[in-house]
Amino acid sequence: MAENVRVVGDTLPGADLNAPLLEVDDLRVEFRVRGKRIPAVRGASFTLERGRTLAVVGESGSGKSVTSQAIMGILDTPPGYVTGGEVRLHGVDLLKQGEETRRTVRGNHIAIVFQDALSALNPLWSVGFQIGELYRVHRGTSRADARKRAIELLDLVGIPDAKNRVGHYPHQFSGGMRQRVMIAMALALDPEVLIADEPTTALDVTVQAQIMRLLKQIQDDRHMGLILITHDLGVVADVADEVAVMYAGEVVERASIHDAFKRPAHPYTKALLRAIPRVDTVGRELEVIPGLPPNPASLPSGCPFHPRCWAADPEKCSTEAPPYEEVAEDHRALCHFAKEVYRDER
Amino acid sequence: MTELTAPTAQSEVPQASLWKDAFRTMARRPDVIFATLIMLFVFTMAAFPGLFTDKDPTRCLGRDARLRPDTWFTGEHPLGTDGFGCDFAATIVHGTRPTITLALTVIILSVLIGMTLGILAGYFGRWVDAIISRALDVFIVIPLMMGAILLLSLFRGRGSSGNLLETVGPAALALTLFGWMEFCRYARAATIETKNLDYVTAARCLGARDRRIMFKHVLPNAIVPITAIVPTSLGSVIVAEAALAVLGIGVQPPATSWGVLLSNGTQWAGGGYIYLFGIPLVLLILTVFAFATFGDALRDALDPKLR
Amino acid sequence: MNAELGQADAAPEPVLEATGVVKHFPVQRGIVVKRTVGHVQAVDGVDLKLYAGKTLGVVGESGCGKSTLAKLLVGLEPPTSGSIKVLGKEIGNLSSRRIRPVRRDIQLVFQDPYTSLNPRMTVGDIVGEPFEIHTDVIPRDKRAKEVKELLDMVGLSPDHVNRYPHQFSGGQRQRIGIARALALRPQVLVCDEPVSALDVSIQGQVINLLERLQEELGLAYVFIAHDLSVVRHIADEVAVMYLGKVVEHGTSAEIYDHPRHPYTQALLSAVPVPDPDLRGHREEIVLQGDVPSPINPPSGCRFRTRCWKATEKCAEEVPGLDVGDKGTHPTACFYAEERDVTHAVK
Repeated sequence: MAENVRVVGDTLPGADLNAPLLEVDDLRVEFRVRGKRIPAVRGASFTLERGRTLAVVGESGSGKSVTSQAIMGILDTPPGYVTGGEVRLHGVDLLKQGEETRRTVRGNHIAIVFQDALSALNPLWSVGFQIGELYRVHRGTSRADARKRAIELLDLVGIPDAKNRVGHYPHQFSGGMRQRVMIAMALALDPEVLIADEPTTALDVTVQAQIMRLLKQIQDDRHMGLILITHDLGVVADVADEVAVMYAGEVVERASIHDAFKRPAHPYTKALLRAIPRVDTVGRELEVIPGLPPNPASLPSGCPFHPRCWAADPEKCSTEAPPYEEVAEDHRALCHFAKEVYRDER
Repeated sequence: MTELTAPTAQSEVPQASLWKDAFRTMARRPDVIFATLIMLFVFTMAAFPGLFTDKDPTRCLGRDARLRPDTWFTGEHPLGTDGFGCDFAATIVHGTRPTITLALTVIILSVLIGMTLGILAGYFGRWVDAIISRALDVFIVIPLMMGAILLLSLFRGRGSSGNLLETVGPAALALTLFGWMEFCRYARAATIETKNLDYVTAARCLGARDRRIMFKHVLPNAIVPITAIVPTSLGSVIVAEAALAVLGIGVQPPATSWGVLLSNGTQWAGGGYIYLFGIPLVLLILTVFAFATFGDALRDALDPKLR
Repeated sequence: MNAELGQADAAPEPVLEATGVVKHFPVQRGIVVKRTVGHVQAVDGVDLKLYAGKTLGVVGESGCGKSTLAKLLVGLEPPTSGSIKVLGKEIGNLSSRRIRPVRRDIQLVFQDPYTSLNPRMTVGDIVGEPFEIHTDVIPRDKRAKEVKELLDMVGLSPDHVNRYPHQFSGGQRQRIGIARALALRPQVLVCDEPVSALDVSIQGQVINLLERLQEELGLAYVFIAHDLSVVRHIADEVAVMYLGKVVEHGTSAEIYDHPRHPYTQALLSAVPVPDPDLRGHREEIVLQGDVPSPINPPSGCRFRTRCWKATEKCAEEVPGLDVGDKGTHPTACFYAEERDVTHAVK
């Protein structure tokens, strides 16, 4: 660990190792399209500790992927702009750093694995070269050494016959193997935080199981913090320690994995859990959440979930923005009736 | 069942279809209106030259040669005279009809031939595609000029009776024969892209015949890239005709065309008679601009997402 | 379901019957002179029977041939061999002219609600297109009214006929696709992954809609999906496919609660269950490797390369889809053995 401390200080001046690994505090992101400002993330906050897995759950358009791009500093600007909040790594606000520092942070401290491995890899270079490039650019290692490290990494992520496969091109790998290559690239510089943005959505279930097992195992070995961005609550239940549920650009509930699934305090979380079909239960009619996710350009007044909410008070919820209610230790929900929902009284 | 409303609320317009909606959208754009005015002006010149000049372009007096239009738009010769003493305004105005007829004929025929062959090749594939694609390659390899010269030598020396068909016919035929390939290529690519989309499969699954699928689903997608190249092709047809005219096989005399004026004008432009070259050029640019704007707007209007 | 029809005499005729259906696509090389270098064995000997008002689920991973099967069943592709009967009429080798009347009885619902609707047509034109193709179904002057009724039936406002597809969300587009498929009042709907592109909260809405329509119209469904939990909710019978073959076929309860084929067991155990308390307590079978290429499928049993039970016999003989001595439902495995993996807790 001592070795690691030195690295952190080198590449991230002012790092306080007693501070939490990664804190996202009231992060705000908006898109500016044709003169209109469309909020994508409207105050997201969560904390990630070493060796823990935080699942960011939400449907399409909830702002979960934009949040991860803002943390990584890979948001497309324009049209996306970070308009507020802090992203603190070891207590250092990354949003205030210059591009030079941010580039060092990417890969060295925070790395990301995308959903679509095929488009995230350059088809013109061999995978070994693409992994090795990271060493050459960031660490200045020689070509031969870089290749050696690439083989080690491919081996680590469970690619059989890594010595030969290192010279292959992305299209020569199957979907699951490509995702392993992506993970190898993300791990190359030994990051402290790994963001996995829907890492298994494009894969078959049996391959998904392999990849999730691999991610979990690597995280345990390296004591990394893992942010898992997904819409699949089944995967979340399998691997996460904490959950942040996002809806319309806000984190509407933050809880431990057990609380989130067993005693949700936000009506949306509760409805979502009831709406998922399960293999181990039968029931003909599925419970559904009525209506549609809101359009970020014209969000409903008050609580954005109120038009679809089963627990909403027609007056209060449509006019007042809900408070961040703490229903138990480390369990908060953005709802006027969080306490009632938590106690199952509403 | 819960009533669902689309995220973007809009007032309902009664009865809609793609083309109606497209033209309604276009009529609201100022640049389209401007382009339409230019096109109207050019077309009126082509249709009724008498409205713009009362001079006879063929009545030329050597002593009046190269009179500069010092008194712009008034006097005996509003735009001056050319190298042979012909009234330049009358020449331009009377040259409009052959020019526009030729350009439109060539473009319309090329688009029709190119799109039909392109859609057929892309849609049916296999041997149909093989034949059309090979034919395409052959025509692309033969330079336009060489092919046109060979073809036109067949018509040479027939003279012209002033009949419009005989005036522009040979040149139109030659330029069409070597001008459809680009449209064909674009149409074929768009067709191949479209025919594998799920909505085409859905139509096939409903029992739609090939003809219906090609007209309803494939054609609107194939038009999009075509509209982008029509305006520039229009310009190049007019210029290519000028080159043919130099060889004496373009628009048949005594009729003249913008292309001919342009190529004649280059001789005098250096000697201070820049208007002989500049005026036809400005006309050409304005026309191409009008068609380009119109094509651009049409493409946008045909895409419901941009409305 | 169709109580008033009351045809209780004799055994009911299946509305859709496939016998020994095979589809091989030639793999060709060369540009001018094409030679066939192999065949993609997309579907290799599939038997199915579907009765009115019932739902047959077809599950399998990518490359198992389920999408090709969907195209064969609706007559979009001719089978290489075998027979497909819709309401007793053979469609396997009909010309496109003769197949047209049959198209009214069987229709397809697509996976991707974004490419399955022509973006340049209004919703009214899309849903009304079937009537323009089959002009004798409804007189011209009554079509507009019928289109509005169809939209109403799938839960969309009939006032939306003049809108374009891009003005709708994914779930709404899927409803439009269903309305188009229902226009000719078919008896069978083949649904190819109809909800896999939708958000969880919307999936339930579409599944419930399909179930309501089934009850109201007495429809029979072939429901093709990779998501086993969705299939469990809607299917009466389930066929599990692997590399072009059905490896296990039974009622929903038989497949989910008493799976006998190793592949079915692995597939079921790989589906994450949204319950954090089961983490680490569920029996997990993680398969090695990826699905082999259908161009060169393994000899004998096609699953043997990933199977933990495989012996030499599996490489030499092709297991038949048999009930076996102790079995309850057909399973294509020499070592079929019941094992409850969905509820199994270590």
